[in-house]
Amino acid sequence: MSELALHIPNGIVDIPTSLAFGLVAVLAVGACTVAARRGLDERLVPLAGLATAFIFAAQMLNFPVAAGVSGHLLGGALAAALLGPWLGVLCVTVVIAVQALLFADGGVTALGLNVVNMAVIATVAAYGVIALALKLLPRTRVGLTVAVFAASVVSVVAASAGFVLQFAIGGEAPGQTLGEVAGAILSVHVLIGVGEGAIAAAAVVAVALARPDLVHALKGARLAEAPTAKETARP
Amino acid sequence: MNGAEGLYRPGASPLHRLAPQAKLTALVALTFAVVATPREAVWAFGVYAALLAGLFALARVPAGWIASRSLVEAPFALLALAFPFLGGGETVHWGPVELSVEGLWAGWNLIAKATLGVWAALLLAATTPVASLLAGLTRLRCPQILLQITAFAIRYAHVSAAEVAQMRRARLARCDDPRFLWQAGALARSLGVVFIRSYERGERVWQAMAARGYTGRLPLDVGPAGAGIGQWSAAMAVPAVAAGVALWAAVGA
Repeated sequence: MSELALHIPNGIVDIPTSLAFGLVAVLAVGACTVAARRGLDERLVPLAGLATAFIFAAQMLNFPVAAGVSGHLLGGALAAALLGPWLGVLCVTVVIAVQALLFADGGVTALGLNVVNMAVIATVAAYGVIALALKLLPRTRVGLTVAVFAASVVSVVAASAGFVLQFAIGGEAPGQTLGEVAGAILSVHVLIGVGEGAIAAAAVVAVALARPDLVHALKGARLAEAPTAKETARP
Repeated sequence: MNGAEGLYRPGASPLHRLAPQAKLTALVALTFAVVATPREAVWAFGVYAALLAGLFALARVPAGWIASRSLVEAPFALLALAFPFLGGGETVHWGPVELSVEGLWAGWNLIAKATLGVWAALLLAATTPVASLLAGLTRLRCPQILLQITAFAIRYAHVSAAEVAQMRRARLARCDDPRFLWQAGALARSLGVVFIRSYERGERVWQAMAARGYTGRLPLDVGPAGAGIGQWSAAMAVPAVAAGVALWAAVGA
């Protein structure tokens, strides 16, 4: 919901760690590009471009959380549910890079860190949760809502856990133990994840009702109608 | 954020005329120099700030604009302000409050490096149009596929954003009174609709491109202009000074 403490600026994590995660980001994004191209071939550029434009729009949508504080979506779970893991990672990566270069949001040296946390970890974690949940839950409105909601919470918390890991490797702890830092950051992000999950789940269900073929997580299937009282009563 | 233009401020200063690939390289070099500077060398950060202030003046970017755009780092600044109260170890007394020395240094380190990084990135964003930025990234051998996706995304971001705003206006016109959390449902549903429209627009754009003979490769053989040695040395002068300062501070400290 709010992007508190997620766009890491310069100087919070040291240079060797930043460079190492930059390499991880390059490899991961390269693999996703290859996989996404296999799925979409020549449609990749226009479709990924427009999907990224949508994520920009989704992030631009500010809404008030409390007095004076407004939040916006991170979009990892939304991208994973609607676009699938490969295209999702690609789109969120482009968003993060544009925000760092065009809008000075997130440090240039921390670009690799931010891409690993918010694009790779958040999207892949969200997709894993959705895929698993849709195997266990019925493919109904409620099932999809629960799956996307859980995926959002997990993705936001996983992204912040990625930050905690990077901070543990290359950050300068201000005297308190890592456990305290981790506890504070993770607990805040559970709350953020709940807010993000509510919006993302409602949005994905809205798409699933109108155009189920566009929800990657459903693999082209329609949502099953939940049996109504009338139908179950019939012999 | 205003999608299509980024934070670009039109102008004709020497910084606007500099080749984008040189500016990008200079930005990366400068931020690495800043981050590598030991935090105890307070004077070095003063030098960096003075350098950037000089460049902003050269590019005719007003200070108020920089200040308002620097707010993106506000959440981290708050974190930095909390460090002195959270930190352990040695403490100093400042009036009635006890501040951790280690926490003060950590907070200073974070604020100084993050602010200088934001300023440097703002300088690039203010003096470089989006199209030249992408051209510069092409010269720096950034993968074409990512740049093409980025170009499409930036070109259409304002359309999708305008759709979101338009749907909100339409709701308001129909006597919706959005307050606090109650608007979340309507907001999420309109987000779903914007996704469908964006995806369909993507398919239409692809069909139009296919009709014109697109086979997965944009005919962009007209490569962006290269930069001469003069351009490069002008752009790299400031990072070179910063790297010198960083080295001096590291050796001196």
